[in-house]
Order: sequence, then C-alpha cells, then structure tokens
Amino acid sequence: MSGRTRTSLFLVAAAGLAALLGWGIVGLPAFGDFHGRYGVVLNHVALAQRHTTNVVAAVVFDYRGFDTLGEELILFAAVTGVALILREAREAEAKRIVDPVRGDPVRAVGLAAVPATILLGLYVVAFGYLTPGGGFQGGVVVALGMLLVYLAGDHRSYSRLTAKEVVDVFEGGGAGAFVALALGALAGGLAFQQNFLPLGKIGILTSGGSIPLLNWATAIEVTAAFVLLFGEFLEEVMVERR
Amino acid sequence: MSYLPYALAVWLLVVGLYGVVTSRHLVHLVVCLTVCQSSTYVLLLAIGYRKHGTAPIFKGIPLGRTATDPVVQALTLTDVVVSVTVLALLLALAIQVHQREGTLDPEEIPAVRG
Repeated sequence: MSGRTRTSLFLVAAAGLAALLGWGIVGLPAFGDFHGRYGVVLNHVALAQRHTTNVVAAVVFDYRGFDTLGEELILFAAVTGVALILREAREAEAKRIVDPVRGDPVRAVGLAAVPATILLGLYVVAFGYLTPGGGFQGGVVVALGMLLVYLAGDHRSYSRLTAKEVVDVFEGGGAGAFVALALGALAGGLAFQQNFLPLGKIGILTSGGSIPLLNWATAIEVTAAFVLLFGEFLEEVMVERR
Repeated sequence: MSYLPYALAVWLLVVGLYGVVTSRHLVHLVVCLTVCQSSTYVLLLAIGYRKHGTAPIFKGIPLGRTATDPVVQALTLTDVVVSVTVLALLLALAIQVHQREGTLDPEEIPAVRG
C-alpha cells in the first residue's frame, strides 16, 4: 500500500474515531462536575480506615494495591526486557569512550547537587503517604540524582557507582518484596495484600500499617529500574562497537 | 468549555495515531505512541477533577473538604512511571532493528520472517 493511500485511509478512519469519541464525551459529566462514588467515599473514609493523610497513596498501596502489583510487574518485565535485549547485543570487550566533563564549575555544582537530589528523592518517598509524593515519584528523583554523576562527572564513575550486579539485585528485590508482602498477608490468614500492621498515629511516619513497606519496596524497584535503564542506554552510546 | 479537556484527550489520541501511521522512523513512531498514551492521562485526570476541589491529601485540611478523585490520580501516577520503562523497551527493540537491518525506516524493513 502506498503512503498516500494509507494516509487517506487513516484520515477517514480517524474522522470516524474522533466522531465516536466526541459522541462519547458528550455523555460524560461536565468538567469539574464528576461525583464518582468510589473516589468520594475514599476521600471520606481513608483517613479513619488507614491513618494515611495522602488518599492517593492509600489507593495506590492499599485499596487498589492489586492494580499497583500489576503495574510493578509490567515495570519489572519491561526493564528485564531492556536488559536482555541490550546486554546480549553488546560486545563484552569493546572499547570505552572516555568522556569526562572538563569544566570545573560544572563538575563542582553538578556533583554537589547529587546528594541534595538523592536526599530530596528519599524525602519524597519517606513522606509519600502523608504529603504529596510516594515510591513511584521519589524513586525517579533518586535515580536522577545518580544520573547526575554521569552528567557532571563521567561515565566510568556512573557505571562504578551503579554496578550491574547490585542494581539487578535491588530491581528484583523491590518487585519480590512487593509480592512477598501481598502473599505474606495471605499466609497469615488474611486477604491477599490486606493491611496487616498496626495503623499507628495519623500524620507520622509510622502510620498506615503496611503502606510504608509497600511504598519503600516500590521506591527501591523504581530507583533500580531507572538506574538500570540509564546505564544500559548510556552503554549503547559510550561503548564503541568493534 | 466544560468539555474542552475531554476534547483535548481525543485530539491527543488522534494526532498520536496520525504520527504512528505516517511515521518514517521507529524512534519517532515510539514517541507518537507515547503521545497517544498521554491522552489517557488527560482524560483520567480531567474526569477526576471537581470544581473548587483540593488535592485529596488531608494533611492540615479538614476532612470533608471537596477534593478531586483519588482513584484516577492513583491510576495515572503509576502509569506515568511504568510507561517510561515500556518506552525504553520499545527503544531497545528499535536499537536491535537498526543493528539487524541497518535502517530505522519501517518502510525499508523487510517483512517479518518467522
């Protein structure tokens, strides 16, 4: 099929799709006027039932934790796929390109930002179920802090800091811990992934029962996943093929 | 006006699909796919919004205050992170295609043998 035929065929189909979706959105409640029962009820009961002030985190790690388990496993499978595809295709003893950042101010400011960024990420994770944040968001920030080592330093330091053997263990361990916590409740005679720890006092770090544990398991997995992805794609660029 | 955010989601989906269909480069195609995916976030968050609502975080805010829907936000936040890893997987596949076929143009890649 020629490009032009395909495009015109698509335009007809897209017009139909847009019309269908347009018809669909007219049936939706007007913007700002949604009164879905599930969300409204959760906003009222989550604080009393789970002792977490961030209802979104309570949904992610408790009420709809089963969905998050699925997302975690998608993340794990995708990252494993990237590692399998890119590592296999790479020559083991290819020449490395040396690329240190030479500007001293860039190095100094960039490397000083590394601990600050990682600390910010850990903060976002730690208070994720009290204030805005959580394992997913904080994990990305921590991984970015580690990527700064490459951006302000050089690739060798980054790959030394994030040794594959260690990152792989954290990647699998984070996903494993999430599943283990879900199965642990089952083993204890509760429902799958039921919150089994004491809920603690509202508004402090030890509140939420098993939500903090699931939150940290997610943070570890997300951090390891992004560190691994950055590492693999950097290797693609930095390691010369023979 | 009250349906504009939903219309934006439809527009993003259709425009992303247009990019996928007319793409001449696999990396471009993957990016277009993420545009399609973003439309789901816009739609979910737009549906969950409530007029004069705060974020569903009750730290220092009295319980019972109108807040946006936490369920759609939870769905979106997990998927924003997970979709990036899926994007990385697709890019890794693009790298592999380039190694095997020497091109990233979908038109020039020979039909899949299997």
